[in-house]
Amino acid sequence: MRTLTLAWRMLRRNAHSGEARVLAFALLVAVAATTTVGFFASRVQAALDQQANELLGGDLVVIGDQPLPLSYSERARAAGLRVAETRTFPSMVSGPSGANLAEIKAVSNGFPLRGRVQVTNSPTERDREVEGGPAPGTVWIGLPLVARIGVEVGSPLKVGNATLQVVNLITREPDSVLDYFGVAPRVLMNLADLEATGLVQVGSRVGYRLIVAGEPSAIARFDRDTRAALTRGQRVEGVRDARSEVRVALERAQRFLGLAALLSVVLASVAVALAARRFSMRQTDGAAVMRCLGASQADIFRINAWQFLVLAVLGCLAGIVVGFLAQAGLARALSGFFQVVLPAPGPVPAAQGALIGLVLVLGFTLPPLLRLRNVPTLRVLRSDVQVAEPSSLIAYGLGFASLATLIVWQAGDVKLGTIAVGGFIVALGAAALAGLGLIAAVARLRATASGPWRYGLANLRRRTGASVVQVVALGLGIMAMLLLTLVRTDLIATWQRSTPPDMANRFAINIQTDQLTAAREFFAERGLKTPDLYPMVRGRLVSIGDRAVSPTDFQDQRARRLVEREFNLSWAAKLQPDNRIIAGKWWAPDDRDPQFSVEEGIAKTLGIRVGDTLTWDVAGSRFGARVTSLRKVEWDSFKANFFVIASPGVLEAYPASWITSFRLERGQERVVSELVSRLPNVSVIDLTAIMEQVQRITDQVSRAVEFVFLFAIAAGLVVLFAAITTTQDERIFEGAVMRTLGASRRQLTLAQLAEFLAIGFLAGLVAAGGAVGLTMVLAERVLGVPYVFSWTVPLVGLASGGLGVAIAGLLGTRRAVGSPPLAAIRAVG
Amino acid sequence: MNAISEAFTTQAAAHDARATDIVRVEGLTKQVSTPDHDLTIVRDATFSVAAGETVAVVGASGSGKSTLLGLLAGLDVPSSGKVWVDGEDLFALDEDGRARLRGRLVGFVFQSFQLLPSLTALENVMLPLELAGANDAAARARQVLAEVGLAERLGHYPRQLSGGEQQRVAVARAFATEPKLLFADEPTGNLDSATGAQVIDLLFRMNREHGTTLVLVTHDATLAGRCARRITIDAGVVSA
Repeated sequence: MRTLTLAWRMLRRNAHSGEARVLAFALLVAVAATTTVGFFASRVQAALDQQANELLGGDLVVIGDQPLPLSYSERARAAGLRVAETRTFPSMVSGPSGANLAEIKAVSNGFPLRGRVQVTNSPTERDREVEGGPAPGTVWIGLPLVARIGVEVGSPLKVGNATLQVVNLITREPDSVLDYFGVAPRVLMNLADLEATGLVQVGSRVGYRLIVAGEPSAIARFDRDTRAALTRGQRVEGVRDARSEVRVALERAQRFLGLAALLSVVLASVAVALAARRFSMRQTDGAAVMRCLGASQADIFRINAWQFLVLAVLGCLAGIVVGFLAQAGLARALSGFFQVVLPAPGPVPAAQGALIGLVLVLGFTLPPLLRLRNVPTLRVLRSDVQVAEPSSLIAYGLGFASLATLIVWQAGDVKLGTIAVGGFIVALGAAALAGLGLIAAVARLRATASGPWRYGLANLRRRTGASVVQVVALGLGIMAMLLLTLVRTDLIATWQRSTPPDMANRFAINIQTDQLTAAREFFAERGLKTPDLYPMVRGRLVSIGDRAVSPTDFQDQRARRLVEREFNLSWAAKLQPDNRIIAGKWWAPDDRDPQFSVEEGIAKTLGIRVGDTLTWDVAGSRFGARVTSLRKVEWDSFKANFFVIASPGVLEAYPASWITSFRLERGQERVVSELVSRLPNVSVIDLTAIMEQVQRITDQVSRAVEFVFLFAIAAGLVVLFAAITTTQDERIFEGAVMRTLGASRRQLTLAQLAEFLAIGFLAGLVAAGGAVGLTMVLAERVLGVPYVFSWTVPLVGLASGGLGVAIAGLLGTRRAVGSPPLAAIRAVG
Repeated sequence: MNAISEAFTTQAAAHDARATDIVRVEGLTKQVSTPDHDLTIVRDATFSVAAGETVAVVGASGSGKSTLLGLLAGLDVPSSGKVWVDGEDLFALDEDGRARLRGRLVGFVFQSFQLLPSLTALENVMLPLELAGANDAAARARQVLAEVGLAERLGHYPRQLSGGEQQRVAVARAFATEPKLLFADEPTGNLDSATGAQVIDLLFRMNREHGTTLVLVTHDATLAGRCARRITIDAGVVSA
């Protein structure tokens, strides 16, 4: 208790010192960065949890890509459960001013069993909740359709061959929290009208759902019995696994943002270590005096540990508050994703943030604390008696180990965590090497520099260690910002420029075999290029060679999904121009042997090689053929392409639908509604809308990441301040000596400026080098566009680094320049 | 008086002397190793200091004065030999044991004052009292500061005080725990002669009023002259 009182008393004074502020501020930044992400993620999780029942529209859902057997619903009814059915599929709908793709959901009476749909009469009115779904003959439509095709409450809406009356505008459906591919607005109709639309035909991709709700015990029994009876393409989803894909995507996003936040933690740890060391240096003589006055080693440890702990608690609390405020900013940056009001965040992220702060404090202040404990008492008589330094490797080993643990924990996966730790080490190492080399090079310049500039550059060299730390910390922060702002827009612009002007921007799907002539005529009549039409047959992969295929055979999520669903198979005599054979041979025109050609990516995912026999199940009948070639496909050509293509003669006997792509210029949009009124079952997918959507999502995600990286910049600045603080006394003393020798205030300022400008420019250079390097990799490896060097990146990097650091540095050292020499020397003495 | 009773009397006198010795030193030696050779800083010193005595340790610069003081106060450990403070074998204790003993029995005044810059004058004086667990630390510290004439400076931080005032705070701190023994290392070394004289007066006044034993290290002849006894050290050889 007495040590606490003493610590508190000493802290009151020490709190005004630079290092105490740096320590608290570094913790603030680290904790704020992690809690921002944590609070935000907890809100989204809470939204998902709260609405788990509503997400399903019931308590349990059976999902299939083929009509579900009647026995399922009979069993549910027999068990006293309430039952509803839905069918979902994409289709075009037409209104007075055009046609648009919609996500149709036909619902039976009783839907939704849980939750309610929110609707309104016009986009400007307040919305209200309504029981049940649309009555026969009516539809409820998503708000975006109002503007796109000019419908409103009371207007007719053409859905396939049926004309239905719009009675409600949907503002929120119970079963959608996230609107992340909201390209196709919702149309909710009654199941009884589905037949009349004539939309469910061969090859239509329809999702069948049986929704049940009722007593938990009955649900559990139904769950068990149904799971036992499931066949391929069917699955059961309960409240817990509702929207698991959304959950997986969010968890991934959270991990990524979390790791981005950890960059701030890593940088902050440098500041904490520097500040704690300086704190302990300043307490060295005091500790010796206290030992002399009867304090035990444990007392010394406690008095100083209490001070660190109080600072840590203050820093963490402030960090949690800042994190709480900042998560609102993050939520706004990602607002487009959410259809719901996110609930308030829970307390767990605050606790996690505090834990991270404490781990940082423990990991990086323990060595200086242990050092203080061992201060020799003799220092009170002879100030030249040195303090035994703990081995920095062992001492900071604890800090590194705790950081590595934090990173692995945040990554949520040992492998990903290890990669992240490795990534951090490589990035820090590369930046440190670059910094070291640059500092050595700049130091050579000092022979040619004059006056204060030479003095400043000499200082940079003399404090090499501190200078490297500053260059690395700031460089990484600036690099992250460069990548996210300049480079991102540059890359996207390059990528968009690289798309050919005649590239298709619409897909038409679901064309029936008997509509092929009509479709060709439709394009010819309008003077449009007759597009290539490709057949599509839906089939399920049964076996590869002798190996039966089951989703559980694959670790890879994508492989599992592919195997679980039906493939779109096609056939062709000629290889498409945007395809290239990379293994085996394409079939000769007169070759009558049944064969397959497989896209290389999917072949790799599923482990398919040339020579394997693939067996397929199409509409209940099975057949097999050998794989004779693997193809590389240019997916970004936006033409219809297929994972698996059969040689002519294999698939023609099976029911097929056709797909094509074509280009419409601005002003030709009318063609879409004409096509839909001629062939009502055909759906047209607007790629420009999807591209815009992708762009919007990319923008929002990168805005969120930028937001998190702002903390990294803040952490970099804290490191700069920490480094300045570490050398503050030295600077003040040197400044005082120089002023005593006749140096003017201006000369002193110039000398400091030279040093900080150099640090800033070097950090900018490291940042620009890293950003340019990463962009090259991204451009050529990921986006497949030629890399174009832009001077903007290094120029902005250098300017922001140089100016930012110079201003921050001069602010931090104004005492060294401003104080009268004697006062400065006395203050340090 | 026969031989037996004479021996008894001598022994009793020795025992008596030992009982009133606040410091006793036997065969105290301190060697340090340098790259070239071993250096003996204090060589086989044996002497004692009686309770209430005022002793000046004098010698040229580098003669080993401060090292001897460090050893007497248990701030440093000897190569060989023993020191008893108030009857306790100093080097039989561990570091923390010696710290506790200092807190109980010993006060210090240093050439460079050694006040904690983060504490006010009052808090600096309270520090040893609080470390010893005193309940009325603030009241006692106020009283001692008043005794040294600094009642008006309680809330000042060391850097707001002059050198003489800082050393008076240090003296107050040294006397606050009413130690039996006070070590002073060149207490006037950083002060001008007038201020130095004031501090010396203060030290001797406190010595009289509190009955504290005073061991001063100094090369100031005037100051040494005011002490009842001199211990001279020359190239590590102590003549008591």
